Amino acid sequence: MAQEYSYVRTEMLPEQEPPSNAIGALVWVRENLFSGPLNTILTLASIAVVWWIVSHMSGWFLNSVWQAGSLAECREILDGATGACFAVITDRWEQLLYGFYPSEFYWRPNLTLLLMLVALAPVLFPGVPRRLFWFSAVYPAIGFWLLWGGSIWPPLVVLAAFPVAFVVYRLLEPVNGILAAVAALVAPVLWWFLFAAPIGGALAAILPGTLEPVASDLFGGFMLSIIIGVTGIALSLPLGILLALGRQSDLIFIKTICVGFIEFIRGVPLITLLFTASLLLNYFLPPGTNFDIILRVVIMVTFFAAAYMAEVIRGGLAALPRGQYEAADALGLDYWRAQRLIILPQALKISIPGIVNTFIGLFKDTTLVVFIGLLDPIGLSNAIRATTEWNGVYWELFVFIGLCFFIFCFGMSRYSMYLERRLKTDHR
Amino acid sequence: MTEPQPHEIPREIDRSHMQVSDEVAIEIASMNKWFGSFHVLRDINMSVNRGERIVICGPSGSGKSTLIRCINRLEEHQSGRIVVDGTELTSDVKNIDKVRSEVGMVFQHFNLFPHLTILENCTLAPIWVRKIPKKDAEETAMHFLEKVKIPEQALKYPGQLSGGQQQRVAIARSLCMRPRIMLFDEPTSALDPEMIKEVLDTMISLAEDGMTMLVVTHEMGFAQAVANRVVFMDQGQIVEQNEPKAFFNNPQSDRTKLFLSQILGH
Repeated sequence: MAQEYSYVRTEMLPEQEPPSNAIGALVWVRENLFSGPLNTILTLASIAVVWWIVSHMSGWFLNSVWQAGSLAECREILDGATGACFAVITDRWEQLLYGFYPSEFYWRPNLTLLLMLVALAPVLFPGVPRRLFWFSAVYPAIGFWLLWGGSIWPPLVVLAAFPVAFVVYRLLEPVNGILAAVAALVAPVLWWFLFAAPIGGALAAILPGTLEPVASDLFGGFMLSIIIGVTGIALSLPLGILLALGRQSDLIFIKTICVGFIEFIRGVPLITLLFTASLLLNYFLPPGTNFDIILRVVIMVTFFAAAYMAEVIRGGLAALPRGQYEAADALGLDYWRAQRLIILPQALKISIPGIVNTFIGLFKDTTLVVFIGLLDPIGLSNAIRATTEWNGVYWELFVFIGLCFFIFCFGMSRYSMYLERRLKTDHR
Repeated sequence: MTEPQPHEIPREIDRSHMQVSDEVAIEIASMNKWFGSFHVLRDINMSVNRGERIVICGPSGSGKSTLIRCINRLEEHQSGRIVVDGTELTSDVKNIDKVRSEVGMVFQHFNLFPHLTILENCTLAPIWVRKIPKKDAEETAMHFLEKVKIPEQALKYPGQLSGGQQQRVAIARSLCMRPRIMLFDEPTSALDPEMIKEVLDTMISLAEDGMTMLVVTHEMGFAQAVANRVVFMDQGQIVEQNEPKAFFNNPQSDRTKLFLSQILGH
């Protein structure tokens, strides 16, 4: 018998609600936690492990002592029970945050931090008025002045090298592009070495604007971590971008310098660079120059992070289809405009996870400065333990320090996820 | 080659503005190009007058894409001369940028900028290369988006559009620079059959406005209806060129005959 295949639908079906056994919380639990024997065993085992950890640790946290003058006093209060002695945090939190920064000037780092948030706002969030960028631009000088004190003019004059470079570039660009680029690189150096000191001095004489100076060796705690971390982050991104572009350059000289820099810095442990900063640099610098230790560390940390950053961004650049470069070229965009408007926005977006990874790594690596004698939170925990009152306190300090680092790093991680969502335009 | 039948041309063509003038738009003289030691383009001589609509066809690897990519210097030629609108293409970056801003290009894979909206895709080059105020650039962009019949998509991102729509945006993006010459590099090869038609339609209306066009394509229907000259390339050389009627009905070279029999599926 021949089968009949011919069929014509005369009426289209309307959309229907899913059946009630396909949605709801119970369905979710069943599908995700108890979908089969193996899944059920894993779920139960996980619950047991979590319970075991929580039940063993909760006593330590719940019994914790927050008010005591020393570890001995803590133990007296606990009277043999297991419990944390967080009194050390209550007693010494100011040191963990500010190091040995004079306590009457605590408002200065506080204000610096507050202004930093204001300066970061236009960089991080699109809704913030664009005019705030002007504040972000001068913020480094203000922050430096607030923290280290002295006259406000030297940091401002140092910062002024960038507008000077820009003006030089703009003036020379119509004459010759390469000449203008070279001049824009040389001008700030000349400015710093020849003009910065006299101009800064002259301005300071007219309008002092002086704060009580605070020496670098008093800096410490999370203040120090944030100074090194944030400066390193802010500087390593642009430097990393330039290195990544340089590595792709057709100009063999620039390419070689960039590859050499990246491979050398990446091939050396950070701690070696920090020792170089603290010890060796003095041999290379002209005698008599006193180069601030925090500045030296920031430079090394920046170089280190920038080398990693360059490779992360190179990955993003390589992920872009050739067609994007060709389309930019075909529209007549020159190299820098094509990079700025077409290539980098996309390459950086692709690289966000890797970039934030490097940022977080950099921020945590700031604790390595303890090995060259700077008092970051870890260094201070050693210092605190060295006192008779708190000799023997380990866990409580490290839990506190770890928690603070976690908050910062988790914040960065969340922000990067927000940024990825916001920039998602490809609708894959 | 994937299409056994040429696409029907959907409508009557208004030929009133399709006039070829005596003015030379592109002059290519004894041009050679190598990729490494591979000789891709061999002794190309070609002169394009303003208003011409040239279809370049040939088997894959024949150098036809490379040829039109040399015209806006996406590829560099190693010997011979290419003069576009009176500007010779040399390593002088100023000349290259000048030619590129005068010559529009449409790619096989559209190459829209996925991080910018359709409107921003269209205004970017006019604003940054031509230094046109943003407002004027947006007006121009909307004008051309209307011309390619997708003004309502202006605020979407390329990823939200179909392939045919993306290619029409790519055409509009090129037109916003007010080019005097348009290059098309297999503009319909990456499209589904029902979208090919809408892109061809856009290209036809461009031809009706008198645009000078060089089109690398396998759409022989388009060539027959729109082109005033068909150029057949093989192994990096121009093998045959003629007006479409003679080219299709009476090909001279054996290579051309073989190619046509394969592509038209007779």
